[in-house]
Amino acid sequence: MQKRILMAGISAAACITAATSASAVEIEYWQYIYDTRVEAMDQLIENFEEANPDITVEQVTFPYADYQTRIVAANMARKGPDVMQLFYGWADKFIEGNLIQPLPEDTFPAAQIEEEFFPIVSAMQRDGEYYGLPTAVRSLALFWNKDLFEEAGIDGPPETLDELVEYGKKLAVKNDAGNFETVGLTLDMAGQDHQWWREVLVRQMGGVPYNDDYSQVTYDDDAAGAEALEFYTNLQTEHGIGAAGFMDEGQAAFRAGRAAMTIDGTFRLGSFNSIEDFEWGVAELPANEEGVQSNYASYFANAIGSSAEGEELEASIKFLEYISSDEAMQIWLEVVGELPARREAAMTDANMNDPIYGPFLAALPYAHTTLFVDEAAQRQTAIDMANRVFLQDQAPADSVAEAAEQEQAIIDDARD
Amino acid sequence: MVHPTESDTIPTHPIQPAPRLSMRTRSAIWVWSFLAIPVLFYCVIRFYPTFNAFWLSLTDWDLMSDAEFIGFENYRRMFADPGFWQTFRNTFAYLIYGTPISLLIAFVVAYYLDRVRFAHNFLRALYFMPYITTAAAMAWVWRWFYQPPPTGLINSALGELGFGQIEFLGSTTNALPAIMVTAIWAGLGFQIIIFMAGLRAIPDTYYEAARIDGLGEWTILRKITLPLLKPTTVFLVVFISIAFLRIFDQVYNMTTNDPGGPLGSTKPLVLMIYQTAFSSYDMGYAAAQTVVLFTILLVVSLLQLWILRDRA
Repeated sequence: MQKRILMAGISAAACITAATSASAVEIEYWQYIYDTRVEAMDQLIENFEEANPDITVEQVTFPYADYQTRIVAANMARKGPDVMQLFYGWADKFIEGNLIQPLPEDTFPAAQIEEEFFPIVSAMQRDGEYYGLPTAVRSLALFWNKDLFEEAGIDGPPETLDELVEYGKKLAVKNDAGNFETVGLTLDMAGQDHQWWREVLVRQMGGVPYNDDYSQVTYDDDAAGAEALEFYTNLQTEHGIGAAGFMDEGQAAFRAGRAAMTIDGTFRLGSFNSIEDFEWGVAELPANEEGVQSNYASYFANAIGSSAEGEELEASIKFLEYISSDEAMQIWLEVVGELPARREAAMTDANMNDPIYGPFLAALPYAHTTLFVDEAAQRQTAIDMANRVFLQDQAPADSVAEAAEQEQAIIDDARD
Repeated sequence: MVHPTESDTIPTHPIQPAPRLSMRTRSAIWVWSFLAIPVLFYCVIRFYPTFNAFWLSLTDWDLMSDAEFIGFENYRRMFADPGFWQTFRNTFAYLIYGTPISLLIAFVVAYYLDRVRFAHNFLRALYFMPYITTAAAMAWVWRWFYQPPPTGLINSALGELGFGQIEFLGSTTNALPAIMVTAIWAGLGFQIIIFMAGLRAIPDTYYEAARIDGLGEWTILRKITLPLLKPTTVFLVVFISIAFLRIFDQVYNMTTNDPGGPLGSTKPLVLMIYQTAFSSYDMGYAAAQTVVLFTILLVVSLLQLWILRDRA
């Protein structure tokens, strides 16, 4: 009996060794479903497999709404991905939940990362260790409808906040009943406006939205937060440039040619590229009177799952190295339209002079990356903050104070 | 009902060889072997998670790390949160206004539709249509109806007729009724069909006898139709109430930009649970909210059954 078990054991062991030596290492890469992203990744995988014939990469995708839950559930079942894409804002949760592991220092030295990438990658760093690297980054810009500008007799996009207001007033068109036909600028806190308010307007009014590690809300420490909110809500209440909720979403209004300007991110390029009815352009976000500029940049980073070990870990490191390379970034830019995360790949003359990518890229050196603990909940505090002014006539200063209190509670709750 | 004990029912047949199972026992085994699958399914898929939710509500589980027992902290936090009380009020607003309005409209339509002979089936199908349509699709259509001009159909029509604009989904006071209307409309088809079935089940002889005695329509309605329709009404009241307490699809789809907004004025409990669980991943807290919803559903259902119980 014992002999038979021994024999079975030996033959099984022989089979396993034979199998591993004969077949390639297979690793899984996870990201959410977005046509161009999946397509770009397919291309990258093809290139990578060609260069590394002993490694197979399987791409697994999920709808965005399910994505985080799937990763967490898979990790609990010890079936997590080897390499995965995650929003930089999820980093704290993923590190705390032991979903991802730090990148090995020998392949990805911190000093080199900091030298070669845009400073915003620091959002993936904890205690000197990097937990992920982006292929591409996103920033905000002002999209402007060239046809509407021409009709209104305005030469180019506004460069300052004062010009933004001045042009906006000229561009907004109301019908006899007093309803907007066209808005000068879209007001959509649920879109990208909350980022514009947080990282751009607050700073331009002389404030700082958070402390250095984003553990303390500071936009209500001085008058800057309230001034920024007042500037924002005045666009609707004082200047009649736009109305929150016009055409449901800011991007929908712009697409339909009913908004002269909208603030949105690189990720919107894919959708706006199919606009045929009018010409549109991209400009850097307006500066304030003193010329202070700011922007909000964000990214999805690629990280190595905590379950990867042995030769799968080796393969994952190689794969991560490739998808963070200049070559991968150029492919990503061409297919997805997102900006390269490495300075060298991004700041080429061709890219900088590109009328579309140029303004987005120009913003990267001075952009900020908010370290959200719960982006949806923190966005909600900004939406409510504006709504209290619009719908309940609350004073901007009071509304900002209330928002700060709510947001601080969310941050404290997540960090304890 | 008292179940007969085994000894009462085993027939004592002296001729039959002893250890055979009785007919009743054998049929019980058959029944249970067929029931085993659904029972097992319910235990594993329904009851276990339900009881587990009670346990989770006492922990700080966030999906990532292990659950830690924290006593009633989640409940304390919930009852101290003004946002929770607002969703609580909203949920009851859906229930308290939605249920009687649905019931009344459904009954009136069923009552008259029952008498219409012309295109009867076609009309019935028309009323039923919204019920079989996907809630999300309907919600989006209504969302566009409600938009401010130039996109919103209703406001554009009002503008054409020279009336002022109405803020529907963008107003803290109008948004909840605006969403409730669509939920009522969506559920109406089913309720009408049930009412019509109830009306058909009342024997014609009662009506004939009443008419011979010279009773008016109103008296017939009050003394015959409504009392005999009571079982149908009880079923619908419970059914509609549960539907309104669990309202989610309409609200979520009509307010995706600002879920449950503006300023939380349309947010029902289920949406709050969804956000806590699958947006903030605060599973323990979400479980506590679920326990509250469970309790409300239980109390409301029992209360209705008790109030509308058959006193006869």
